Amino acid sequence: MTDQGMRITQGQFSFLPDLTDEQIAAQVRYALGNGWAVNLEYTDDPHPRNTYWEMFGMPLFELRDPAALMAELEQCRKSFPRHYIRVTAFDSTRGWETPRMSFIVNRPQHEPGFRLVRQEVDGRQIRYTIHPYATDKPEGERYP
Amino acid sequence: MDGPIDLDAELRASNVQGVLDDLDRELVGLRPIKTRIREIAALLLIERLRRRLDLTSAAPTLHMDFTGNPGTGKTTVALRMATILHRLGYIREGHLVSVTRDDLVGQYIGHTAPKTREVVKRAMGGVLFIDEAYYLYKPENERDYGQEAIEILLQVMENQRDDLVVVLAGYTGKMNTFYESNPGMRSRIAHHLDFPDYTAPELLAIAKLMLAAQSYRLSAQAEDALTEYITLRMRLPHFANARSIRNALDRARLRQANRLFDRGGKGLTRDDLMTIEAEDIRASRVFAEGIPDVGDADTRV
Repeated sequence: MTDQGMRITQGQFSFLPDLTDEQIAAQVRYALGNGWAVNLEYTDDPHPRNTYWEMFGMPLFELRDPAALMAELEQCRKSFPRHYIRVTAFDSTRGWETPRMSFIVNRPQHEPGFRLVRQEVDGRQIRYTIHPYATDKPEGERYP
Repeated sequence: MDGPIDLDAELRASNVQGVLDDLDRELVGLRPIKTRIREIAALLLIERLRRRLDLTSAAPTLHMDFTGNPGTGKTTVALRMATILHRLGYIREGHLVSVTRDDLVGQYIGHTAPKTREVVKRAMGGVLFIDEAYYLYKPENERDYGQEAIEILLQVMENQRDDLVVVLAGYTGKMNTFYESNPGMRSRIAHHLDFPDYTAPELLAIAKLMLAAQSYRLSAQAEDALTEYITLRMRLPHFANARSIRNALDRARLRQANRLFDRGGKGLTRDDLMTIEAEDIRASRVFAEGIPDVGDADTRV
């Protein structure tokens, strides 16, 4: 394999090319139209089990127009240009009370991917796990 | 396309005329305000045509301020403004976020900026209406957090002109003091609209509109009484234009209800329930003693 890194695929649209800002705004407009509250989250730990990302600011309640989220995203990209950033849309309707949309809107330039770790346990059993190369470095220094 | 443009067709397509007609019908008087709104409408329409021909120019600034005496319709027009600008296609959503000092200014250091930003975010795509805007600046307290809110607003008004329209409102004198201490604010506002006081005939027309909206009507004598009432009331202190009229009508409704209640018996018609009689208006203290029955503490129903 050549070193192409490994593009992580979490949330919606992650198999598509990166969304443009217009496309992001359109998705946010759809979420707001459904009455969902949007917010931004970021992380530099690409592990798929890393579910709880850091929140960027407060969730944006009572928005009517995606402009506010886009301004916020611009801020977030300025602060964390080489982090993963995602938009989450939360549905507070009783019975749902859960994120209804979640998609990545910013990713590091180069994603080095994961190492396969084999752990030898009892007898001849082997346990497999994955380990992101990025997390070998401390938080904040993972993506040059 | 380089041929001549059919402005009439364009006007019809944008339903601007409908907006302006509504405004003429539903708001009494306010000639200078309506003229200005017509001008803004024209500007936006022409702007749209220009854009279609690739004549570039920056989007016009539409931040406004409404000054005038109490009860001259500042808030009413602001509520309309959001709809008007939306129909003209200047703002995307057409909602109005109405705030006062309390909603913008925080209670401790570092509380104001997030609070103001929050409000601004909610208003994006619509109109941010700041009522009694002069309260934002309190010169007697140099550590007042209002200044911080003003700075954030200035920044937004400059950088996010496409995303929202800010409308400030307040009484003329106090707003002038406010602008003197915040020249930056003054220069970022393109449209200063001064709301004139209403004349007596205008106030009568407003009274009729208000009553019609609540399915009441004046008897012929009551109309005379109200005309007289308005003339007298205008001379008294604490006259608040349409607001005074609304209060007077509310009290008249109270008296009407009481009159019907006292009469008792049967034979109450639909007409009785709808009509305000002269006595309902003439019972006011304005006639008897020449003092305004200010406030809602008026027990002389």
